[in-house]
Amino acid sequence: MASTLKLSQLPVGARATIREFPGHGPAFLRLREMGVLPGTAISLVRTAPLGDPLEVQVRGYNLTLRKSEAEHVVVELAGGQ
Amino acid sequence: MTESVQKPAGPGRSPVYALVGNPNCGKSTLFNALTGLKQKVGNYPGVTVEKKTGTTYSQHGRPITVLDLPGTYSLAARSPDEAIVRDVLFGRRADMAQPDRIICIVDTTNLERNLYLVHQVLDLGRPVILVLNMMDLATNAGLDLRVARLEHELGIPVIPCEAVNSKGVLELRLAMSRADLPLPRHRWDIPAPIAPAVAELQASLVENDGKQPLIARAEALLLLTDQNPVRVAGSMPLSERTSAILAGWKKRWEGEGIDWSGTLVKSRYDAITRLCAEVVQHAASTGPGASDRIDSVVVHPLWGWLVLGAIMTVLFLSIFTLAEYPMNWIDAQVATLGAWVKGVMPPGDLRDLITDGAVAGVGGVVVFLPQILILFFFLGLLESTGYMARAAFIMDRLMSRVGLNGKSFIPLLSSYACAIPGIMATRTIEDTKDRLVTILVAPLMSCSARLPVYLLMIAALLPGDRVSVGAKVGLMVLMYALGTFGAFGFAWLFKKFLLKGEPPLMIMELPPYRLPRMKDVLFHMIERAGLFLRRAGTIILGISIVLWFLTAYPRHPGSATPQEQIAHSFAGTAGRVLEPVIKPLGFDWRIGIGLVTSFAAREVFVSSMAVVFSVDHFEGGKHADITPLRTALKTAIWPDGRPLFTPLVCLTLMIYYVFAMQCMSTVVVVKRETNSWRWPLFQTAYMTGTAWLVCFVVFQAGRALGF
Repeated sequence: MASTLKLSQLPVGARATIREFPGHGPAFLRLREMGVLPGTAISLVRTAPLGDPLEVQVRGYNLTLRKSEAEHVVVELAGGQ
Repeated sequence: MTESVQKPAGPGRSPVYALVGNPNCGKSTLFNALTGLKQKVGNYPGVTVEKKTGTTYSQHGRPITVLDLPGTYSLAARSPDEAIVRDVLFGRRADMAQPDRIICIVDTTNLERNLYLVHQVLDLGRPVILVLNMMDLATNAGLDLRVARLEHELGIPVIPCEAVNSKGVLELRLAMSRADLPLPRHRWDIPAPIAPAVAELQASLVENDGKQPLIARAEALLLLTDQNPVRVAGSMPLSERTSAILAGWKKRWEGEGIDWSGTLVKSRYDAITRLCAEVVQHAASTGPGASDRIDSVVVHPLWGWLVLGAIMTVLFLSIFTLAEYPMNWIDAQVATLGAWVKGVMPPGDLRDLITDGAVAGVGGVVVFLPQILILFFFLGLLESTGYMARAAFIMDRLMSRVGLNGKSFIPLLSSYACAIPGIMATRTIEDTKDRLVTILVAPLMSCSARLPVYLLMIAALLPGDRVSVGAKVGLMVLMYALGTFGAFGFAWLFKKFLLKGEPPLMIMELPPYRLPRMKDVLFHMIERAGLFLRRAGTIILGISIVLWFLTAYPRHPGSATPQEQIAHSFAGTAGRVLEPVIKPLGFDWRIGIGLVTSFAAREVFVSSMAVVFSVDHFEGGKHADITPLRTALKTAIWPDGRPLFTPLVCLTLMIYYVFAMQCMSTVVVVKRETNSWRWPLFQTAYMTGTAWLVCFVVFQAGRALGF
């Protein structure tokens, strides 16, 4: 049974697949253009020392985004978690 | 699309190549490798984006112009730098033609994301050469790339390259020398609901905006991808008809619930994923890389702060200790030069103009160079190793409290050394408003030029033999804290009321750590210093001469002492005119002279005070013994006999220097960086206004309390 949660709630080290996020807003266009799309595999590498922003890995590279942006990204935990 | 061959460029005109790529893909290194020292840095008219061009030579020795465009992830621009890339490539700039050909450089270790920009560029209908940079790193990471297959799929030359070792540069130059570069053979299926809109927009762009069909199609695709595009001065706007068609489609899709922009991006990535599946074979993943292991310490919740603190300490120690020697040397050389001119020229106004105006003015410009060079050397190192992004990552949370993002941290921190390189370093901030706010508050960070003023005032305030070192240090820390809180407070105010905008994005790549290439770091450092000298140096020199004139004229009749001369000069008059304004702060007209003359640079206050209070044999500068000056200040009195430099006045003066914009070089650099006099004038007004207000409150409250 697949469970969905917000990217901001993903535990550190967990792998997931992006399900959906808003189509509008500069942050979400830029995320898409940098390869973060519904269907893309993503993992949470770590959070910054003060808990925000987050560091994620997508398509083999590392990217930061704020929790306020990650809250709008729905992900599905990869199997076996 | 059909394969076609571009006609060779006409005789006498060699093709212009634009160099584009993602940030951190090695673009600057390749540009340096191609053009060597044959580079020119200018500005795009009306925008504060740097225009870098260089010359390389074809295999037959013909010069080829290369235009190095700013790094970007997409043609859907989010910053002025990115807007320039878009507008140059689309031929929208009024000041330059569309480049003939395009070199796309990609980081091969990160192919999918890098190919997104390439995919957009291939649409443009210009011949493209694809450079696969960092091929060695990709191979080491277990990536097996079929270059011939990629060449075949895209229909363009693909050149594996290691720009850091100049490997592949010769092959690139050979490809650039080709007269018959093919146009890309580039197919991807535009999603069905979007296709009619692309066709209609393309037709309108051809008809109403005078575009070529291929570029019109690319532009139609971009218009449909972008949301709230960034506009820059000097670029041609869209025709009304095309804008209306675009708005019509968007309205219709909104009604139908179609996410046109997301669909377009997704279809590009689908095409890229299919392409990569054909040309790339991954070996088994080798677990966490070296960068991940480094990061587990460098951005660790505890060690991360220690590393950041250590790096910043080294940075500041080097600036304060290393820069001191060349700065003292420059001061000495300027003094020697002045003395030499004094010796060989007959006394007179011309001699004084040259020695006290021009030579001192040149010295005042050059003396900044050591700090600028050292700071930019370190910033270059931090940037090219990849640490800069980590510092922004760590600091983002704190910076977001005042509405900025982590990228403002390094420029603000640099401003503790000197606001000039700090302001020059704000170019890494993409968001225009964030950049402006950072520039506006950067001079509030207490720079090294304030130290002599603080030291003199602390000395005058607290007689050295009686008061503990702790009190002195405490006062110093208080001044630094005031400036820092002031900077953050104003940043918050400006973001909240003056430069309201969307909260800045913190979508930032954390590039893998790489060994810096010294050649590029040094190159960057020298380029920054050259820019400062060329762009700010001349104006600073001019203002120095004006300020000298203000203290030297009108001439006091007869053989006046320097004290009498400055008292009767325009600066002295200005001091007296200022007195009613500054009297509520506890300052008299003689301090007013210091405030006027130290607009050249804050530390000038100390030497001006020495002249005004006629301290003999005062050498000025940071290391001079300030005891005689301190004694002179202690005996200075108001006409009614009250002491002038009471402890409260000394404290108020220090606070004045924390806030007031007493630095013409900063004003000039801000003018250069914001492209108008509006912001530096506003900045001067708000800073000096705040200084007056805070000093007024402190002095009046202090006096009411009986100090």
